[in-house]
Amino acid sequence: MVQYTFYFLSLIAIISAFLVVFSKSPVHSVLYLVTCFFAIAGHFLLLNAQFLAVVHIIVYGGAIMVLFLFVVMMLNLNKESDNQKSSYIKLAAIVASGILLLTIVASIKSFEIGDQMVNPLKGQGSVQSIGKELFSTFLLPFEISSILLFAAIVGTVMLAKKELD
Amino acid sequence: MLDSIQQIPLNYYILLSTVLFSIGVLGVLLRRNAIIIFMCIELMLNAVNLLLVAFSAYSQNSAGQTFVFFVMIIAAAEVAVGLAILVMVYRNVHSVDIEKLQNLKW
Repeated sequence: MVQYTFYFLSLIAIISAFLVVFSKSPVHSVLYLVTCFFAIAGHFLLLNAQFLAVVHIIVYGGAIMVLFLFVVMMLNLNKESDNQKSSYIKLAAIVASGILLLTIVASIKSFEIGDQMVNPLKGQGSVQSIGKELFSTFLLPFEISSILLFAAIVGTVMLAKKELD
Repeated sequence: MLDSIQQIPLNYYILLSTVLFSIGVLGVLLRRNAIIIFMCIELMLNAVNLLLVAFSAYSQNSAGQTFVFFVMIIAAAEVAVGLAILVMVYRNVHSVDIEKLQNLKW
């Protein structure tokens, strides 16, 4: 049962990732991207990481999707992209990413622990254990990331303002 | 549910995230629309997130999941700033086609 869920979610993730790259209109790309994110959130649930699954849906399915859709619709990009890259560059891109895939897959072959099963601890991905980790071991990075978010807010406002004087 | 999770080998997760990462690389190299390039970068970040969670479940250590949390923070900040830059580029050039953004080309 879990295996079939894994295959189903993987299939959805890979197909929608392909459709992100190959669909003509950017709005469709955003929607396929959200489908892919939901499939990955399902994988997180399958890996017993409930907190991350919920945060993933909130951050990616909520915030980032809205941001992308807002920009796509504001810039009125929902027309088919007029001229594509030349076919040589397309071929080079496909070959390059294929070689990357091949290299990593070939290196997995020599990976010793790969045949073992994933086996999460009970309650490993719960809010309690993540919070305990976050506020003890990773307290300083956690606080610094709040500064980073603040810097991002200020930078975005400064960039998006029409006139700087 | 917990007993049945052990049916999935670690290799499958590595393979899945490798495929997703390669699709992201393909999109960055193939497309000319800067917004779609951003989406493909998000795809790559998510592939790495999935790999981190899988290894965290494998090694039974919560630290990996905390890392995923930080990656999500960085991704959110990156998308906000990047899209603001794109809006400004569009305001100046009236296009987000990366072939037309060559003012810095030597």
